[in-house]
Amino acid sequence: MPTIVVEVMPKAELLDPQGKAVAGALQRLGKSEFTSVRIGKRFELTVDGPVDDSVLADVRDIAQTLLSNGVIEDVVAIRTEDAE
Amino acid sequence: MRIGVVTFPGSLDDRDAARGIRIAGAEPVALWHGDHDLQGVDALVLPGGFSYGDYLRCGAIAAHSPIMTEVIAAANSGMPVLGICNGFQMLTEAHLLPGGLIRNEKGSFVCRDQRLRVQSVETQWTSAFEAGEEIVIPLKNGEGGYIADRDTIQRLEEEGRVVFRYLGYNPNGSMNDIAGVANERGNVVGLMPHPEHAVEPGFGPDTSAAMRSGVDGLRIFRSVLESVLA
Repeated sequence: MPTIVVEVMPKAELLDPQGKAVAGALQRLGKSEFTSVRIGKRFELTVDGPVDDSVLADVRDIAQTLLSNGVIEDVVAIRTEDAE
Repeated sequence: MRIGVVTFPGSLDDRDAARGIRIAGAEPVALWHGDHDLQGVDALVLPGGFSYGDYLRCGAIAAHSPIMTEVIAAANSGMPVLGICNGFQMLTEAHLLPGGLIRNEKGSFVCRDQRLRVQSVETQWTSAFEAGEEIVIPLKNGEGGYIADRDTIQRLEEEGRVVFRYLGYNPNGSMNDIAGVANERGNVVGLMPHPEHAVEPGFGPDTSAAMRSGVDGLRIFRSVLESVLA
């Protein structure tokens, strides 16, 4: 069944305390080549049936209204992955 | 006067809010997130807690629960609605209040008695205060950093819709030290600190007069009584 992947990231201009904490851990591990980390979300929506334009339109709507909050986050990718 | 308190899965402070309402002299009415019924209440409180375990985003799933259809309609028709902590997060997720709440700047949960300045007494939830008054009520949150785009912050400041501001210490990195905001009409107010935990001597924050004697939160509930009965 096809899976639609939606990726959401905190807005670039906002502080991402989770990412900052991971960046701090990397520094402590001596991985100083990584200067910053940002953490987002990946949603996998399994679809019963073919992914047509109407399903994709639905996903775009869901991505904006439920999966992300446009005040603090951006939807950065929506794509279909075919799983066997 | 009857004030509804909506309980969501994961609400923590619904009964404290009901107790604050009762002490203020109104009748609390327990409402359930899964119903489409406000039981004829005159005002609404969305309480604090961790609805739906803070999954997705704080308040996001609760903002889409069945009763929110009626809450949003009531708010838009002028009914006083107060969102405390997680309730504030729900009001932003439901677009009844501008901006959003993100994880505290320093990454850790903060619990303290917090000094605030009452910036606006023009709302239905703050009319019983003096403008500019300093109050102390408990604050407890992990995701209380108030943010909005520059234009929104400017508009809130210009229109006097910043209702509460952190004084002395900004506990979560909120922009402009904002602790609470109102909608344009002043009937919908959201704040991160918890007025319902400062309503009864013996259980509130310490004051210079006596330990745990702070009851500054009570006037938020008294304000709405005055506004609705006026």
